[in-house]
Amino acid sequence: MSKFAKKKDGDLPAVSTASLPDIVFMLLFFFMTVTTMKDSSIMVENTLPNATEIKKLDKKDRIIYVYVGKPTKDYQKVFGTLAKVQLNDKFADVSEVGDYILAERAKKPQELQNVLTTALKVDKEANMGIISDIKQELRKVNALKVNYTTYEGDAFKNLQ
Amino acid sequence: MPRRGGAPEVNAGSMADIAFLLLIFFLVTTTIETDAGLDRMLPPMEPPEDNVVIKQKNIFTVNINRNGQLLVEDELTDITKLKDKAIAFLDNGGDGTCTYCKGKNDPDSSDNPDKAIISLKNDRETKYSTYITVQNELVAAYNDLRDREAQRLYKRDFTDMEAEYLNSETPKSVKEALKEKVERIQKLFPQKLSEAETSTSN
Repeated sequence: MSKFAKKKDGDLPAVSTASLPDIVFMLLFFFMTVTTMKDSSIMVENTLPNATEIKKLDKKDRIIYVYVGKPTKDYQKVFGTLAKVQLNDKFADVSEVGDYILAERAKKPQELQNVLTTALKVDKEANMGIISDIKQELRKVNALKVNYTTYEGDAFKNLQ
Repeated sequence: MPRRGGAPEVNAGSMADIAFLLLIFFLVTTTIETDAGLDRMLPPMEPPEDNVVIKQKNIFTVNINRNGQLLVEDELTDITKLKDKAIAFLDNGGDGTCTYCKGKNDPDSSDNPDKAIISLKNDRETKYSTYITVQNELVAAYNDLRDREAQRLYKRDFTDMEAEYLNSETPKSVKEALKEKVERIQKLFPQKLSEAETSTSN
C-alpha cells in the first residue's frame, strides 16, 4: 500500500462544533453590552412616540422614571383600561407622584439632589389630561426638569 | 510510553450549551433601554413677581384640540407646516434690532427672537403622541435656526456642539471651550416655549 493511504474507511467525518461556542459568546457579549438590567417590570403598555430632536439622558443615577399607560392585559381585569401611572412596580394615583419624587430625591446623594431629571415614559395612546396632572404635581414639588422619553424616528409617524 | 497522536482533543460541545444558558439568562433579565427624549423645563409654581406685559404680536399661539387639529395663530394649520411657520415667526425681526435675522421684517409678527414667545396649549383629550409631535416640531424650529447661526459663526451645527457639551465623556477643556459657544448661540435664539394650563373644553 502507498504511504499516503487513508487510515479510516469511507465514514463521514464529524462536523466540528468547536466554533459554535464562539458564535454564541459573540451573541452573549452583544446582549450584555446593549442591554441593561431590568429594575422594574413594566405593568403598563409602553409604546413610546417617535421624535427627532432628542437628547440623550446620560447618567442613570440622576433619573427618576414615571411610567404612564393603560395597564397590560394581565392587569386590565383589576385596574381597567384607562391610562394609569406606574411608580416603582406598582400602580399609583396621580396625586402620589409628588410624594414619590420627594422620596426618590431624598434617597439620592446630596450633590445629585438638584440635578435630577424626571423621565416620563408615556404610552403614545395616553391622553394629555393625565400628563398635565402629572406636570402639575411635578411643579408642586419643584421637579422642573422633565424628559419626555421617546424613540428616535420620524415624528409624523406618531399621527398615523 | 511516548504519546503518538499529539495532545488529545478537548470536547468543546458543552461549551456552547453553557454559553447559551448565559445568553438566555441575559435575554430574560435585561431590556434595551431607551434613554433619550425631549428635554423640557416646567415653569416654576410661584408666579413671577411683576406682571410682564407682552405684546400680542410677540406671541405665537399653538392650540391643539382633542382631535389632534392645530390652530396656529388662529388659523387651522397642518402639522407639517408648523415648523416653517414657527421659523418664520422667530426669525422675523420686526423692529429691525435683530442683525442676524433673515426673516421678512413683518411689523405684525415678532419684534426680535429675544422677545418672541411660543405658547402651546392643548386639550385634556389630546393624544400624547400628537403633543410630542408638536413639541418636536417646535424644538426643531429652534434647532434649525440655532444650527444656521452656529454654521455661520463656528462652521458647525449647534445640535452637534450641544450634544458634545452635554456628553459626560467629553474632556473638561473641550467643554469649557464649547460652553461659551453654546451659550452664545442659545442667546441668539432663546427657547421661550410656554405651556399654558390645559383647557377643559367639553
